[in-house]
Amino acid sequence: MKIRTKILLFAAAFLFAITGLLSANEKAASGAAIDASAPAILIRNATILTVSHGTIDKGDILIKDGKIVAVGGTLKPPVDAVVIDATGQFVTPGIIDCHSHIAVDGSVNEGSVSVSSMVNIADVLNSDDIAIYRDLAAGVTTANILHGSANSIGGQTLVIKLRWGQPAAKLPFEGALPGIKFALGENPKRSNFRVSGAPERYPATRMGVEETIRSAFTEARDYKKSWDDHNKRVASGEKNALPPRRNLKLDPLVEVLEGKRYVHAHCYREDEILMLLRVAREFGFHVQTFQHVLEGYKVADEIAAAGSGASTFSDWWAYKVEAYEAIPYNAALMTRRGVIVSVNSDDAAEATHLNQEAAKSIHYGGLTHDEALKLVTLNPAIQLGIDKRVGTIDVGKDADLAIYNHDPLSAYAVVQKTLIDGRVYFDREKEQAGRAALEKEKKDLLEKAKKKQDEEKKANAKKPEDKKTEEKKPDEKKPEEKKPEEKKAEEKKPEDKPKPPQGHAGQRGAQ
Amino acid sequence: MKRLLLNFLGAILILTLSGARAGNAQTTAASDYAITHAKIFTLAGPPIEDGTVVIHDGKIAAVGAAAPIPAGAQVIDAKGLQVYPGLFDPVTQMGLREIGAVNATVDSTETGSFNPDVTAATAILPSSAHIPVTRAGGITEVLAVPASGGFDSNGATNLLGGQASAIHLSGWTAEEMLIDKRAAMVLDWPDIETRSFDFATFSVKEKPFTDAKKEYDKQINELADYIEQARHYAQALQSSPNASFQRDVKLEAMAPVIRGEVPLLVFADHARQIRDAVEFCDKQKLKIILAGGTEAWKEKDLLRSKSVPVILRPTLGEPPEEDDAYDRLLTQPEELRAAGIKIAFGSFDNSFARRLGQNAANAVAHGLPYNEGLKAVTLYPAQMFGLDAQLGTVETGKTANLIVTNGDPLDVTTDVRYLFIKGQLTSTDNKQKALYEKYLNRPKAAH
Repeated sequence: MKIRTKILLFAAAFLFAITGLLSANEKAASGAAIDASAPAILIRNATILTVSHGTIDKGDILIKDGKIVAVGGTLKPPVDAVVIDATGQFVTPGIIDCHSHIAVDGSVNEGSVSVSSMVNIADVLNSDDIAIYRDLAAGVTTANILHGSANSIGGQTLVIKLRWGQPAAKLPFEGALPGIKFALGENPKRSNFRVSGAPERYPATRMGVEETIRSAFTEARDYKKSWDDHNKRVASGEKNALPPRRNLKLDPLVEVLEGKRYVHAHCYREDEILMLLRVAREFGFHVQTFQHVLEGYKVADEIAAAGSGASTFSDWWAYKVEAYEAIPYNAALMTRRGVIVSVNSDDAAEATHLNQEAAKSIHYGGLTHDEALKLVTLNPAIQLGIDKRVGTIDVGKDADLAIYNHDPLSAYAVVQKTLIDGRVYFDREKEQAGRAALEKEKKDLLEKAKKKQDEEKKANAKKPEDKKTEEKKPDEKKPEEKKPEEKKAEEKKPEDKPKPPQGHAGQRGAQ
Repeated sequence: MKRLLLNFLGAILILTLSGARAGNAQTTAASDYAITHAKIFTLAGPPIEDGTVVIHDGKIAAVGAAAPIPAGAQVIDAKGLQVYPGLFDPVTQMGLREIGAVNATVDSTETGSFNPDVTAATAILPSSAHIPVTRAGGITEVLAVPASGGFDSNGATNLLGGQASAIHLSGWTAEEMLIDKRAAMVLDWPDIETRSFDFATFSVKEKPFTDAKKEYDKQINELADYIEQARHYAQALQSSPNASFQRDVKLEAMAPVIRGEVPLLVFADHARQIRDAVEFCDKQKLKIILAGGTEAWKEKDLLRSKSVPVILRPTLGEPPEEDDAYDRLLTQPEELRAAGIKIAFGSFDNSFARRLGQNAANAVAHGLPYNEGLKAVTLYPAQMFGLDAQLGTVETGKTANLIVTNGDPLDVTTDVRYLFIKGQLTSTDNKQKALYEKYLNRPKAAH
């Protein structure tokens, strides 16, 4: 299991390295995860929320080779097409989560240094993370996987499709430009995470965060120049030119300067948003998205003028000082000021109701139905540079779709099916039908394990020396007798851990 | 700068006073009201189409299709609108925690294991920004619950965490807000923690199961001993109230719990915790309300047989086990209700309190009958804390905590148009709305 995962991770990293060399078109054409042999699918008689061209009442969608090939009234399916009857149901583009930490093996933070651009999410992609399936079951088809926010300049990010059941190598969104996480404010300055006794890490102020970024890009600019000079010398025929020493920390920053890697900047307060825009102007790079950006509404004009996107929460606030002036009207207000806005999750559970979170902008700030739906479909697609492929229901786009039993901009909508690349990756009916079998399999496995454990215990008991007796303290009274079988069940599950209080706050600060 | 700020505050004040909804942060003077032509969801019978609710002296004076409008009453024409009881969030840290990450603003959890004497009402900040924000979500009353988790920068844990206070979400002082100062005693049931998050080092600590189990048993022993002491103390108090024995504020606070007058609000999520807690309280003859209940479905037979009501954590969360069904938390409410267990929903938070209705709606989407979903955020929490004579339905004689909405109060796009607390028309303006209006009017930035 571990070895298999490792191989897959290497494969993922390898694939990622290669795709980096190809142009976007070539990569799309290579279509690593699209199964050309899959049958055509006709989704019939649905309310289609296209996002790009309004709502089609009682329409059909024809899917072939992973792409949408026709959208409209009554369509004639090919003879071998699988027909999905969606009468009374609603089809939307698959939900796109512009800020996610799912499918990451281990910690999301490399918190030891202020600039950790050398680390890459692609190296730790875990295709077995159950959160992939849970988010998929909520209609999420694409997610931007980022590192935590412990560093002013954090790790390299990756856009994935939630192709549950596929190996890690098949998760990356082919052709999507990779990104890098930046973080401003309380988290990179470690305001809420100081360990007593541990040395303070630079930066400890917002002033220091700016200088950390400026310093890194000053280095990156010189580094880039040394490579440019070298390449010129080679191009002019110089045979013995020595290349500059590779710097894994600066390589991704050079890509940022060359427009080959997106900057996704975690931020909260208005001042730090403007700070990063100034630094970006100074060094000539673009801030693709401001993430969280809870005070974005205060400087919406400046964000719009810079052409940056804003990816925010629906109604989170007050968990820390920089979130105390967060308002649920943020998405709507920034939209009205011309910013491309998305609503993201930052959290596996939050991602399971992003449609509802988007709907809140109808209530808070008066967005239209279409505008609200864009917050979790087309807009995040634009922000991730993948809107030619996903984000709307249009001919030629990837068949990444969510089918709901109600209008998705309501708390009552439940996802019935989720499709990625024209393949049904989640089917609620099938999932429910399969539960009994899964329960039985689990029970059988537990019984088998218990039997084995009992046998081992018996075998051990025959040995003269039993170490366990040493641990027993006869003077300690036991409050309640437990049945032996209960005890065993507990012993078998030492990983059984208390969950932090749900309500999302438990993990939020760290990310 | 100061002057600007004053001007700004002045502007808000004028704006608010001139608005249709009277009052700044609080309520106007007492008055009679008649809400007319509304669809009234009384929750005590079928909805009344085109009905009237009359409010007099803070109470509901009449409800019906033909209730007469008293002379001098302020009439609110609610044609096309709907009336519901205000929502009741039974687990919050309202007024006890302002900004989770800032210790100085957090008063939710004391240090030490036994703090039955501390009382939420003492530390509720009436001017907390959370109160009007939550109110705007249609929530009119909550329990402020000490030691109830949430994002608490102290990371402290208690066994007996103190007394939870039921409050109206309006009032100039905590006294004005109070419904019941001692609505429940908090018991945070221990768990076998092989892994725990250490806030001091910000890392996960692990220990062997046997050690964790020993620690768990030790805590339960301590708790049993403490209850035993409290029982003796309560007996002494009762048999000879004027006798001179050494008084103890902590044990004294436990007396109403021992007498069964105040329920224990027991926080437990894992099946083992729930089982142990219910059996413990049964043995000790203590009244229990279960809070959390993430794995309550695993113990539903026990919960039903002991008639234990359950306040569920947000349904919009992660199922506890990797191999739990993805919709485990969403289908559980109906599973429990169908088994005959009384359920309510709680936010277990402050800033997410306004998601209370959303959590109920998601359970409805997964099988809970709509009316049950509605009652689980109104009538049922009121019943659990013995407050249903005053709250939870739209009925004559009850305290007029009402909302008038343009639709389903559980859904995410519904507006609360009018809100009444103790019969007062109460503002839904708040810090967030003020910031919205301020920046909506920011002149276009020059570039």
